[in-house]
Order: sequence, then structure tokens, then C-alpha cells
Amino acid sequence: MICIFYFYPMIQALILSFQSGMGNNLQYVGFDNYFRLFKDPTFISALKNTFIYLIFQVPIMLFLALVLATLLNSPNLKFRGFFRTAIFLPAVTSLVAYSVIFKYLFATDGLINQFLMMIHLVHEPINWITHPFWAKVTIIIAITWRWTGYNMVFYLASLQNIDKSIYEAAKIDGASPIQQFFLVTIPMLKPIILFTTITSTIGTLQLFDEVMNITYGGPGNATITISQYIYNLSFEYTPDFGYAATVSYVILILIVILSIIQFKVSGD
Amino acid sequence: MKVKKFFLYLFLTVVSFISIFPFLWMVISMTNKSVEITKGRLLPGNYLIENLKNLFASYDIATALWNSFIVAFVTTILAILVASLAGYGFEIHRSRGKNIVFNILLLSLMIPFASIMIPLYRMFGKITPYAPAIGIDTLAAVILPSITTAFLIFFFRQNTKMFSKELIEAGRIDGLSELGIFFRIFIPSMKNTYAAAAIITFMTSWNNYMWPLVILQSTEKKTIPLLISNLGAAYAPDYGVIYTAIVIATLPTALIFFLLQKHFVAGMMGSVKG
Repeated sequence: MICIFYFYPMIQALILSFQSGMGNNLQYVGFDNYFRLFKDPTFISALKNTFIYLIFQVPIMLFLALVLATLLNSPNLKFRGFFRTAIFLPAVTSLVAYSVIFKYLFATDGLINQFLMMIHLVHEPINWITHPFWAKVTIIIAITWRWTGYNMVFYLASLQNIDKSIYEAAKIDGASPIQQFFLVTIPMLKPIILFTTITSTIGTLQLFDEVMNITYGGPGNATITISQYIYNLSFEYTPDFGYAATVSYVILILIVILSIIQFKVSGD
Repeated sequence: MKVKKFFLYLFLTVVSFISIFPFLWMVISMTNKSVEITKGRLLPGNYLIENLKNLFASYDIATALWNSFIVAFVTTILAILVASLAGYGFEIHRSRGKNIVFNILLLSLMIPFASIMIPLYRMFGKITPYAPAIGIDTLAAVILPSITTAFLIFFFRQNTKMFSKELIEAGRIDGLSELGIFFRIFIPSMKNTYAAAAIITFMTSWNNYMWPLVILQSTEKKTIPLLISNLGAAYAPDYGVIYTAIVIATLPTALIFFLLQKHFVAGMMGSVKG
């Protein structure tokens, strides 16, 4: 089954990536599609945007998740259960549903702007969705909101497996809580950090639902991702399945390269 | 020390508030008129019945809910059955090349859906004339590609490691067949794992957006995320109606999660430990 629904389509996609044409009239064009990538401004912005999300969002989110997990793991914290459930809650929502909510919250006349103006942080509403810079920020805030709690759960689960005596030893050696966090917690959680980094990277490279529903890739492709571009090439514009398949191979290659780098960096 | 504690709780409260706020907002907005929502009203109103009426009158949300339910339910049952059998087999039975097959399987985790979407779409396009029941624009076509996921197989294999091998021996001595052991001993003793897998699969499937968007065309086949997305793209949106629809769409997965939360956490722990 995996072969039918994953590997066979992969091979088909490879064959398709050497073809071009409209709809189902495809001819072999060799590497033309691959050369076209370099001259395609939409593809370049999609690639750039995806990397911006990757470089800013993934580290911010994972660090925040790790800090929260460490705080919520301390046994003498009150309302632990409440905080954990509250912070995990976003992970229960559907991507489309929360995207639509965020789109309205961040609208020019939306609640976020009303609040920011109420506390006099800004004088006029920020064009969150329609300004190229703020639109990216909105997407980053949205994904962070949705996935931080999800990653926190993985850290919490593995924190509970760390032997308490290690922390006691560190305390005796005079390590402050912050030193304990960087010198004990992070090294001990290395495998799970690697796991969440890889899954988050793969997730970000495939980002689709949020951009589709919050900004629709706009303004002027400022937030478009590779996945959305593939969708547009196949089902929005005049369908060019061949070129879309070429673009889709780029994601695959990126995922493989980034995963290898992450494995190497972590030294396993 | 006290100041530190204060900031710790303040930080956690702020983060929790940010996490919960969109939920509060959608529930409050469900009871308000569209105009009041744009004004930023933060108190519940008495417009809930009206919003519900409008929603059910203008959109076929009942059909969308039903479609989503069928897709999520069938996917969950089939996916779990296939994945747990596979995970169990990989862990319990010794055969040559097992690990190579498993590693190749894991590689499929890296394949982004966007990159196989077009060939899949064309594949379903090709079988449509011969088998219209599982072709383009059918719920079966939504379900089929999500039945086998390497992640679930991996998840079950990790958890099977905790399953005691003596139980299998005992089953064999008592004359149970291999499938008998699986259904009578393995499934009942791995309840938490099954619950966690069921929650994950049901939620993913209920919320799936990209593939249904591609493969479903007619309005009466649309699933709930497609309907919500359509509402959100409206030119003059009725916010009250949209928030009502979003709450209705979120309720089933949120409920399932809260009802099975204990099993979920227990099941997840198993997979991390391995």
C-alpha cells in the first residue's frame, strides 16, 4: 500500500518533472523544467519565503516549547495541569479553522489592531495581512501559536524520563537554574530535540493550509510557499503538471538535505 | 524568590491566555451579530440561535459534517488495523530483510504530500472511468491514500516493544492462531496505544485539507475544512455564521481529545520511551 500511494507516485512525479504541457498533453522536454526554476520569480519567492519561515519560526517555537516544558515539569508548580492543557489546546484545532480565525483577528480592523491601539502601542492599525512584511509575521505568529504546545508535549514526556539525581548533582555543584537548563536539560533531550527539529522542518517545508487561508499567498506572492505554488500550478493556473512535479521534487530534495544536515550537526 | 515566582506565574498565565484566547473569541463570537463582532465585542450575546439558523439555511453544513465523519471514521478504523498489524508483525515476527523494509517504509515519512499529490490525482483520474466508486470526487478517494502511514506503523512498532512476549507464548500454548493472539490478546492489552493512535488519526483525517481540496469537486461531497475555507474566503462574510461553523467543526476533535486525554498521554509516553 505504501508503495502504491507513496513510492509509485514519487516515480511518476520524477517522470512528470521531465515533461511539460497543458493539462494532460505532455511531452518530454528533458531538463527544461529544471532550468525554468531559476528564472521563475514566483518559485524564487516561494523558496525564499519558505526559508524565512524555517529560519525564524522553527527555532523560536522549539526554544519556547523547551522553556515551557521545563517550567511545567517542576513538581512544586501550582495549576500545572491547567497550564499544560491550556498551552496544548491549540494543537487540537484544525489548521483551516484556526487560520480563518487568525485571518479575522489580524485583519486591519480586527481585534489585534483594536487592542494594540487601545494600549497605545500603535497609532494606526497595522496592515497585518496586506503588507508584505507583516503578512509573513502573521504567518509566523500563527504557526507558533498552533505548534508550540504540540512540541512541548514531546519535551515534557522525555523530561519525565530524566533521572532527578542529575539535577541534584548539578545543584550541589552550584549550577543556577539557567545553567541547569543549558548544561543538563538541553544535552539530555538531544534526541527528542533532533526529532522535533526534523518534524518541524518537514512541516514548514510543506506549509500550505495557513498561507492558503490567511493570506492566500499574497500580497503579491509575499507569503506564498512551495506547496501552495505547486497547488496553483496544477489546479489554479492553466494546469502544468510537469512543471509542478519539478517544483515538488525541490521540496523533497530540500527535506532530504536538511534532514541529513540536522543528523550530522547533532552528531548521531 | 517571591518576585521570581511572580514572574514565572505571570509568564505562564500570559502564554496560557494567548493559547486559549482564540477559542474564547470564537465561542463568544458564535453568540454575537456580525456587526458587533467587527466592533470587537468581548461579551456573549444572544444571537446564537439566529447564527445557527442562518448557517444551516445558507450552507449544507450537515452534509459536510457527515462527509467528514465518514472519512475520519473509516480512515481511523482501517488505518489503525493495518498499522497495528504491520507494527506487531515487524516487532514480533523474525524474517530476513525485515529491517531494510522497515527503513524504506520510514523513508516515506520524508515524502511531502505536495510532491505526490499530482501523480496521485492523475492516478485516480485514470481509474475513474473503470471504477467510478473510488475515482475522482468520491469519499473513497479521500480515504484510500491515508490508510497506510509509516508514522502509525512506526508508532505501533515502538509500543509493541513494551508488550510482553510471554503472553504470546501463553496464547500459542493455549492453541490460539496467530490472528487469534493478535485480536484476543494484543488488542485488549494495548488499549492506550490504540486510543492515542485513534485520536491522532481521527484528528488528522477530520482536519485534512489539501488532498480533499484537490480530489473533491462537487459541493455535496465537500468535507468540513473545505466548507470553512469557503466561508472564510467570502467577499462579505457574516462573521457570526462563520464562527458558529468553526466551533461546530472543532467540537468533535476537541471532545474526543478531552474524553481520551488520559489514554492519549499514556500512549504517547510509550512511543517516546522506546
